[in-house]
Amino acid sequence: MSLATDPVQERSQALLKPHEGGPQSGRRWLLPVMLTLISLIWLFPLLLALINSFRDYAFTAKNGYVSWGGFTLDNYTNAWQQADFGLHFTNSAIITIPAVILTLFLSCCVAFVVARFSFKFNLALLGFFLAANLLPPQALLIPVYRMFRAIEVPLWISDSGTLLNSFVGLILVNMAFQIGFCAFVLSNYMKALPKELYESAVIDGASVTRQFFQITLPLCRPALAALAVLQTTWIYNEFFWATVLLQQGDKFPVTSSLNNLRGQFFTDNNLVAAGSMIVAIPTLVIFFVLQRHFVAGLTLGATKG
Amino acid sequence: MASKRKYKGIDQLSTRDKVVVSLMVIVPTLIVLWLVWLPAIGSVLLSFTNWDGIGPLSGIKSVGLQNYRDIATIYPPFWPAIQHNLIWLAVMFLVATPLGMLFAVLVDRGVAGTRFYQTSIYLPVVLSLALIGFIWQLIYSRDQGLINAITGGTTDWYGDPNVNLWAALVAASWRHAGYIMLLYLAGLKGVDPSLREAAKIDGASESQTFFKVVFPVMRPINIIVLVVTFIESLRAFDLVWVINKGRNGLELISTLVTQNVVGEASRIGFGSALATIMLLISSVLVFIYLRIAMKED
Repeated sequence: MSLATDPVQERSQALLKPHEGGPQSGRRWLLPVMLTLISLIWLFPLLLALINSFRDYAFTAKNGYVSWGGFTLDNYTNAWQQADFGLHFTNSAIITIPAVILTLFLSCCVAFVVARFSFKFNLALLGFFLAANLLPPQALLIPVYRMFRAIEVPLWISDSGTLLNSFVGLILVNMAFQIGFCAFVLSNYMKALPKELYESAVIDGASVTRQFFQITLPLCRPALAALAVLQTTWIYNEFFWATVLLQQGDKFPVTSSLNNLRGQFFTDNNLVAAGSMIVAIPTLVIFFVLQRHFVAGLTLGATKG
Repeated sequence: MASKRKYKGIDQLSTRDKVVVSLMVIVPTLIVLWLVWLPAIGSVLLSFTNWDGIGPLSGIKSVGLQNYRDIATIYPPFWPAIQHNLIWLAVMFLVATPLGMLFAVLVDRGVAGTRFYQTSIYLPVVLSLALIGFIWQLIYSRDQGLINAITGGTTDWYGDPNVNLWAALVAASWRHAGYIMLLYLAGLKGVDPSLREAAKIDGASESQTFFKVVFPVMRPINIIVLVVTFIESLRAFDLVWVINKGRNGLELISTLVTQNVVGEASRIGFGSALATIMLLISSVLVFIYLRIAMKED
């Protein structure tokens, strides 16, 4: 598994040669031009949002978007206040951080057992988790919604008194949907670890718990890093469950709270753009800082490394 | 099983170890069982009842296939929703996915600046579809949107039922193509370079090499991409929900289910029948995916 290597650089070194002087070498400028064009088209919607998020509404309303000027930071302060992003970022953190940690931990547990012990049913077990990851969440909404509404929890867990409208409920649902993918990726990773490692540990009398924490988990660090980045992005971006299971607007995570920027009859698009940029910041930071892990995580499941 | 014989010693567990191993499996299993499989079965069972969601569970009456009959005959948004889901699938399958593949092939050739090209194309993948709906509003909005500003038109791209599905599809494809490109780049990386070398020596053109040599070798990833495309099309929800909650030209099966539960009129049996239809379609896809994903084991 070449988890930590950069796919692009590796490939560009390996494959530069075979492509050199191909039949199309007379038109070699064509490819960069095409790619540049595609890239600019793909970046355009984001750049448009970025630029207009810094522009005054009155200015663009008068001069239209095909104009230049009217730059201001007001949209950001207004959007922050109007959508109450401080509160919603806190909510997102309360939901995302425990959900990612617990998902990864439980996935490691399943993957460890599947990879380490040759239980007859371990394929079936993996199928059970992975299939769960792929079902359309909307199809499960009714029973989940009803169950959550009926299950009473102490007030210190949720001020609504039930799992509906509680962070705990949302964290549980996110976990249930993500464990499958992570367990699948991690079990493939753990299967590649040499069995001899465990052999010597067993001879030394290490318990299963110690093998898990001191041998398996440290060796899985690259896979865990990739999955942590991916899961943080996904759970932060999760929209459906948060919208239907949390009914009080003040409990919404950031992704579900964007609607607060939409006026009833009138929408200031520059304000919406600023709000969108604020919401995008965490994922964009992850993207630029931890890009390698993000890509690795996304492609791990599909290609088995 | 083979390894069990080979490493006889290491699978011998003490009682305490056995408890730990059991817990490691049982806890996650119970969570998934409770929140995914039980609800899935629940949706199927409820779809045969007339429960309105208010009375006690004991008051539920079985109505056979009545809900399904109603959906097909007297529920106006159903057939448009099916049609929209099929259009969604067709566009993803025929436009966005091939586009992603093309991008992957172009980026894979490793010209200078590859890093920039790749990054730009898959940047939308890290954004949520809900957020994408808002970002494209700047382009689509009737009074302030870029398209109307340039063309001088007055089309409400998100509101007009004749065009809003297509507007949403452009935004969705924007993201999907980047995702597919990533998957394919990983696939292309796995293709043995000597295969291309051999094809080149045999005098194959680049497109011949791709279609006759590289593409067939990537069969597993082709199927995964196919299934991902199908499943994502079936699950499409966030984007249309932020646009207008899936009404007025943007009906999808997923939004119909949601409206029947969270809306004013909660028709549980009816909504469950819709959910069951979704489950049926997706279970075929899940089955294919599982077979491919686990083949190597």
